[in-house]
This record gives sequence, C-alpha cells and structure tokens, in this order.
Amino acid sequence: MTTRVIDWLDERMGLLVVWNTIFDRKVPKVNWWYTLGSASLFLAIMQAVTGIFLTIYYIPTPEEAYSSVEYIMSDVAFGWLIRGMHHWGATLMVAIVFLHLLRVFYYGAYKYPREVTWVTGVFLFLVTMGLGFTGYLLPWNQRAYWATAVGSSIVGTVPVVGDFLLRVLRGGDDLTILTLSRFFGVHIWFLPGMLFILIGIHLYLVVRNGISNMPKSDE
Amino acid sequence: MTKKSDYMISRRGFVGGIVGLIGAIMSTVIGLPVVGYVVSPALKKGGREEWLTLAPASAAEPGVPTPFTFSRMKEVGWRRVRINRTVYAITNDGENVTVFSDACTHLSCKVHWDAERNAFVCPCHNGVFDKEGNVVSGPPPRPLDRFEAKIENDQLMILVEG
Ligand code: HEM
Ligand code: FES
Repeated sequence: MTTRVIDWLDERMGLLVVWNTIFDRKVPKVNWWYTLGSASLFLAIMQAVTGIFLTIYYIPTPEEAYSSVEYIMSDVAFGWLIRGMHHWGATLMVAIVFLHLLRVFYYGAYKYPREVTWVTGVFLFLVTMGLGFTGYLLPWNQRAYWATAVGSSIVGTVPVVGDFLLRVLRGGDDLTILTLSRFFGVHIWFLPGMLFILIGIHLYLVVRNGISNMPKSDE
Repeated sequence: MTKKSDYMISRRGFVGGIVGLIGAIMSTVIGLPVVGYVVSPALKKGGREEWLTLAPASAAEPGVPTPFTFSRMKEVGWRRVRINRTVYAITNDGENVTVFSDACTHLSCKVHWDAERNAFVCPCHNGVFDKEGNVVSGPPPRPLDRFEAKIENDQLMILVEG
C-alpha cells in the first residue's frame, strides 16, 4: 500500500531521484568528526523551530521584553523547555559550527573543488555569530544590555565612519527601543533568511562535490 | 573586411541587455530608499544644546570627584523617554570646575570613583583613570570625556546636547 502511494506520488513529482541523490550517494569511510556538519544543520533547524515558538509570547520593547521572557520561564507550560533549548542551543550551535569549521580546516577539505563550499561556510559562521550577538540583547536584562552596550561600541572604533556605523547599529546614540526592535528584526528575519539560503547552497555543494576522503600521511 | 554582423548585437543580446538595465534601475530606485530607511535613526542628530543646573556647587567636596545624577527627557523614535545619567564634578576652588562623563572611553561601561585607590575604575576590563580623567592603565584609548561646565551663582551647570 505505502509503496503504491509512493509510486503514485513519484510518478507525478519525481522526488525519489532527489531523495536518492541526497541519501544514496557514495561517501568515503570517515570518522565522527564528519558528523559535525549534520549536527550544525540539526541545531540550525532546532533554533528556528524553538525561536518561532518563542515569538508567540516574546514582545520586543523595553517595557515588555524582560517580563515576557519571565512569563515564558515561569508561567507558560514547558516555556522553560522551549526557552532553554533556544538559549543553550545558541551557545552549542556556535561551538559546533566552529568545530565543523576546524575539522574542515585541519583535514584540508576546503581545497579544490570545495573552495566555494568553504566560502559559504565562512559566511555561515559569520551569520551564526551574528545570530548569537543579536539574540543576546533580546531578554533585555542587565547582562544583555551591558553586553550589547560594550559589544556594539566595538563598531565605534572603526576609523572615520565608526561613529556613524555605531549609530546605524544602535538606531541612535544609546540602547533604546529602536535598538531592541532592529536587533529583533535582524535576529528573526534577516539572519535566519540568510542562514537557510546559505545552508541550501552549502548542502547542494556538499552533495554535488561529494565528501572528501580523509587525508593520508604519505600525501 | 569586417562583416556587418560583427557590429550588430543579436536580438537576444539586446533584450538581455535591456532587461539587465531595467533591473539595475529598479534595484537602485528601490534599494537606495531602503538604505535610507535602515540608517534613518542614525541621521537624526540630537541638535540643540542647553545648560543644565545640576546642584549647588557646594555639594561638590573640594578636590574629590563627586557624582551628580540628573535625568532629562529625550526623544527616542516616536516616544519621549527619561534618560538618567551620572557625571563626576571636581573643583578645587569652588569656581573652576571639571565635569567628567562616567562612560568609559574604552567600550562605554560606567566608571565609578574609587576613593581608596584615588581613581576612576571601570568594572568591565579594568580601565583606570586618575582624578583628572587621564588614563592610568587598562585598555581605554583616551581620557574621560568632559562636559563644558561652569559655576554661576553657586550653581553647578553643564552643557548637554539633545
Ligand atoms: C550553520 C552552519 C553549517 C551547516 C548547517 C553545515 C553543514 C554541512 C554538512 C551537513 C556537511 C557534510 C559533511 C560534514 O558534516 O563534514 C558539510 C560539509 C562541509 N562544510 Fe559545512 N556547515 C556549516 C558551516 C560550515 C563552516 C563554518 C565551514 C567553514 C568555513 C564549512 C565548510 C564545509 C566544507 C568545506 C564541507 C565539505 C567537507 C568535505 O567535503 O569533506 N561549513 N557542511
Ligand atoms: S569598557 Fe571600560 S575598560 Fe573596557
């Protein structure tokens, strides 16, 4: 029965070819370090899902942000779980993505023909860092506020245009509702959008070029 | 002899070029306003300066930086919000006064006056400033910012912006 349904669908959609290209492709015999990319993908999806659920209660204004997070943590059923997953997942994702980068670097897997995979990977790393930075402000507690005050000041040290860039980043001189709302917008729309577009290109290239072999000592 | 067709662009090339050109014009026409939209709050300068009376000058202990807090309304986007600030004033003769901002010149954490160490200390990365606001140690790149300040009719006043 299920095979008949699948056959019926495949005749109209042709998705089995896609499925087989992705999952039945040949991979060399490798080790556990090669799973870090899939772990990054898993975390990216988990962050997206938990993050979407957080927006049901979270309100990005100086008056409401802190209280809405408190409400999620103490009053919403399993709010602590959803927030906790997003909170710890964020740190874990930065760590795992970075380890994946290191694995690719130390195995020399960035070489021909995988240079573009590497470059999209570097952007994925930067976007991941950006998500961490913008997300940190959102709870609007003391730590969030001062971490962002200090972190954003770094932009101000750019020669000549630093002051202007800082004002663009903050939406003015100080950390205000304008800062919070633009960080929120960047955190939930701009960066995730870029993340998933980049992941799409990255994974297309991984499938298209295949996984590299482990480097051998006599090479 | 060059053939006529060497000079001519094909129909396809022409249409492609036109589509590209129109696309470029459209992206610019939409793109530039979008840039303006995003940087907009950064373009609004605080503007007008005004003299603000902090406290009677006698409130500042001679020779020691004394904290003064004040709050004023500031326009932020579509709302007016109260901004609380602390500044440090130091005077030796009750006539000439220096007023420092409490924002560390490194990455703008709040410094506080540590009487025991006779210095302004920043909690974030251990920036230390002396009572003239000069950098003693740590990462701050320049002395503490100063406000234009004066004592008039025994009132301590500073010039604030925006
Ligand atoms: C959100 C972040 C990322 C996701 C979801 C992701 C996903 C993946 C996946 C599933 C693979 C398959 C092989 C493996 O796991 O080792 C892979 C391979 C690869 N990744 Fe990433 N990645 C990310 C970030 C990065 C970064 C930061 C870099 C480096 C700058 C990078 C460079 C590469 C390269 C060059 C390969 C090919 C490795 C080979 O063929 O042996 N990726 N990626
Ligand atoms: S912010 Fe004061 S030392 Fe870094």
